[in-house]
Amino acid sequence: MSLATARADSSPAIEVTGLHCGYEGRTVLKDLNFTVKRGEVFFIIGGSGCGKSTLLRNLVGLHAPLAGDVKFFGQSFTGADLSARRNLLKTFGVLYQGGALWSSLTLRENVALPLEEHTPLAKREIAELTSLKLAQVGLTGFEDYYPSEISGGMKKRAGLARALALDPDIVFLDEPSAGLDPITSRKLDDLVLQVRDSFGTTLVVVSHELASIFGIADRVIMLDRSAQGIIAEGPPNGLAERSRDPRVEEFLLRRDQPRGAPPA
Amino acid sequence: MPSVSSTPVARADAVLEGSALKVSIVGDWSITGVRPKWTATLAGRQPKQVHLSADGLGNWDSSLLLFLFEAQQWCRITGAFCDSKALPEKVLVLLKQMSVSHETSVPFDRSENFFSAVGEATFDAVGKARGFSHFIGECVIGASRVVKLSRRFRWCDAFEEMQNCGAMALPIVSLISFLVGVTLAYIGAIVLRQYGGDIYVADLVGLAMVREMGALMTGIVLAGRTGAAYAATLGNMKANEEIDALETLGISAIDFLVLPRLLALFVMMPLLTLYANALGIVGGMAVASGVLSIPPTAYWVEMLTIVDLSDLLTGVIKGGTFGLIIGLSGCLRGMEADRSAAGVGRAATSAVVTAILLIIVANALYAVVFDILGL
Repeated sequence: MSLATARADSSPAIEVTGLHCGYEGRTVLKDLNFTVKRGEVFFIIGGSGCGKSTLLRNLVGLHAPLAGDVKFFGQSFTGADLSARRNLLKTFGVLYQGGALWSSLTLRENVALPLEEHTPLAKREIAELTSLKLAQVGLTGFEDYYPSEISGGMKKRAGLARALALDPDIVFLDEPSAGLDPITSRKLDDLVLQVRDSFGTTLVVVSHELASIFGIADRVIMLDRSAQGIIAEGPPNGLAERSRDPRVEEFLLRRDQPRGAPPA
Repeated sequence: MPSVSSTPVARADAVLEGSALKVSIVGDWSITGVRPKWTATLAGRQPKQVHLSADGLGNWDSSLLLFLFEAQQWCRITGAFCDSKALPEKVLVLLKQMSVSHETSVPFDRSENFFSAVGEATFDAVGKARGFSHFIGECVIGASRVVKLSRRFRWCDAFEEMQNCGAMALPIVSLISFLVGVTLAYIGAIVLRQYGGDIYVADLVGLAMVREMGALMTGIVLAGRTGAAYAATLGNMKANEEIDALETLGISAIDFLVLPRLLALFVMMPLLTLYANALGIVGGMAVASGVLSIPPTAYWVEMLTIVDLSDLLTGVIKGGTFGLIIGLSGCLRGMEADRSAAGVGRAATSAVVTAILLIIVANALYAVVFDILGL
């Protein structure tokens, strides 16, 4: 099945079945099963060290899963051959934790590179789009700055502009709000919603920022280190009340453990 | 995501009605695919009004915005009326953002005139020279602290660095020294054979290796191997704020990071130089034995007639100096590196270039000094 055909049917944007993730024989997450609907803002949440970023790396193909399958628009990504995999990769955009901008390129060049590589656009058109993408993340006037000349929050926003450069069908965001002030964080959340509403983009966000989770998430899965898997799934509002798991309550309602109790 | 059922191919159907051009946008518009151009849609017509509609629009992305923006710009330039009210609200919002970004995005001019470039380069050179002197001063002060409180010195780090820059460098130093000895012997043989003085190849190789080539080649190898590694390591530590963390804890980065590395190179370079001398002499001996039919014993005896301990000492002194130069260049460039991947790369390159340049300069100075001292 071609990617175009796959996108035209009603299969979910992402379908994860029996996924085991880990490093060198050490299993971090086991038997994960979940789907992400098209146009959904889907959050992967959980405490530090529970495997959120590991799961993200397995989803985007940076790390091979120990077992299981990941399908995008009904097409297997894990078992795809090289060309099919490359085609699927073009439909992703990824925002890494630190922005992961190429330090030898300006912000304009960072955003322009995927457009130059994967589109038939003329230079002038690429310049227009690059300015638009950077303006959307509030970086007008910083187009010709190098990553080393801007702040951490700006790097993150520039990273998002680059992730959105090709108008991907799915955007993965790894801790987008971490280290940002509340106002910038809120603007980033608004941008995420605008991207979804404008292009119908599916957004998968790894985060533990409660404001973002309750502000923009349609659905969440919560991972836990001791369970090595999903301990809660559903819309964030009311999830804590519905779930009988104290770990979910503790995380989502910020309910403290007794003083002196070891961290989870 | 907009509807997926309409015509898949992106099209802009234009019909001229009087002075108005009615453009109907249909199909799926993808940034990675082919899309109509506004000039092709116009087909040379010069309408007074342009009416844009998108009833048959399927999937769309920024490629549609580019088309519409091109249309708007054309209307603005020609003075034609552009009616885009029939376009979807989401498209209009993004189109407005694009117009704003087009007007507000001003290239940041980094160019400078010749005189300011020369001026800045001069200030930069002065600043670097001052930085280098300052760094050497800090290292001297740090070393005096270490002499007073030697138990606080990071001896374990120094020994580890000695292993890295000394023992681990043996294979490459062996190969290069042996081949330098071979090359010198061949070059010497070409000239000396003509005068029947084949045996003096031993003198040439022995003296050249012990006084010059042993220390010089080892210095160049270690500048590329260890100096670059020091610059990259410290540069990366700076980028990760590890050096800042040391400073804020009241721990001198010089004592903690630089001095163990300097000591390691200062100790290991003379030893590696002696080793390189030996390997170079063996290389010359192999050529003398194989090509010139000079027995190894005769080669050895002849070499000892000209190479004495003072020659060996000059090589060892140079080795120690070159070691300090490599360590200082590597550590200084690493500590000065920009906090980025490109900055670390530049620091490593600069460390190698600085070290080799200073080694050559120091070698020339030593030639003059040893001549004056009669060594």
